[in-house]
Amino acid sequence: MNIFATEFILGHLNYWLFIILMMTGLYIVISKGNLVKKIVGLNIFQTSVFMFYISMGKVSGGTAPIFPLDGVYDPSIAYSNPLPHVLILTAIVVGIATTSLGLALIIRIREEYHSIEEEHITILEDTVFQTENLPLDGKGGSI
Amino acid sequence: MLIVTALTVVKTRSLFAIVALSGVFSLLSALLFITWDAVDVAFTEAAVGAGISTVLMLGTLALTSRAEKESQKSNLLPLVSVVLAGAVMFYGTLDMPKFGSPETPVQTHVGPDYLKRIPDDIHVPNAVTAILASYRGYDTLGETAVVFTAGIGVLMLISGLRRRRINDDDNKNSSDTKDTT
Repeated sequence: MNIFATEFILGHLNYWLFIILMMTGLYIVISKGNLVKKIVGLNIFQTSVFMFYISMGKVSGGTAPIFPLDGVYDPSIAYSNPLPHVLILTAIVVGIATTSLGLALIIRIREEYHSIEEEHITILEDTVFQTENLPLDGKGGSI
Repeated sequence: MLIVTALTVVKTRSLFAIVALSGVFSLLSALLFITWDAVDVAFTEAAVGAGISTVLMLGTLALTSRAEKESQKSNLLPLVSVVLAGAVMFYGTLDMPKFGSPETPVQTHVGPDYLKRIPDDIHVPNAVTAILASYRGYDTLGETAVVFTAGIGVLMLISGLRRRRINDDDNKNSSDTKDTT
C-alpha cells in the first residue's frame, strides 16, 4: 500500500508542479497592478501549459523523436510522442507574438497616461470620464 | 528551481530584475524540455523565450518606468481564487495517467502512427520537423499569419511615436511662448 502511494506521488509530481507554476502566473496576472509584471505572469502561465503538454508526450526510457540517418523506423526503440512537440513549437511562436503586442500596447498606454500602473490609470480614466460628463449633467438638469 | 524563480517574480518590485528572472525561467524550462526529450521545443524556448522576449521587455522598460509601485489592493481575493482553482485542478490530476507511461491515450493514437509513416512518406529524420512542415503544414501557415498580424499591430501601435513626441514638444513650446508673451 505504501509503495503504491509513493509511486502514485512520483507519477503525478509533474502535474502538481504545473499547477503550482500556473497558479503563480495567474496570481501575478490578477493581483499585481503593474502591466509589465502582468505580461511576465502571463508568460509563466503559458510556459507551465507547455510543460504540461511536453510531459504528456514523454515515454519513460524513450528518446527524442529523431530517426537514424538510414531512415528506418525500428518499433523496438521508444520515441517520445512528436505531436505535442509540434503543437508547442507553434504555441511558443504565437506566444511571443502575443507578448510583443501586449508590450506595444503598454508603450502606447504609457504615452497616453504617463503610467503603467493599473490603479493610477483607472483613477485617471475616472477623472476624465467625470469631467466629460459634468456639463452634460448640468444641461440635463436645466431642461 | 522553476517554482522558486516564479515565486521570486511575485515578490520582486524592480522591473529590471523581473525581466531578468523571466529570462532565467525560460532557460530553466528549456533545460526541463531537454530532459523530456523535446529538443526542438527546448531550443525554440531558449531562443524565443530567453532571447527575443527578454530583449522586447527590456526595450519596453527603456521606454517606460523601471520600478513597480506599491499596490493598495487587497491580495486576499486573488489568493483565495487562485488556491481554489489550483485545488480543482489538483482533484483533476488524480485521474491522470502516470508520468512516462507508454499506455496513455496520448501515446496510443496518432503519435505512433505518425512515427511509423514518416520514414516512408517524408524521408526526413527529424519527426518533429516532418510533422510541423508537412502533416500540420496548415497550422504552421496559420501561425505565420498570426505572427504577421501581430507584427503589423505592433508597428501600428508604435509607429509615429517620435512624430507625436515632436508634436507634443511643439505644442509645449508654443504654449510656453504664449505664456511669456
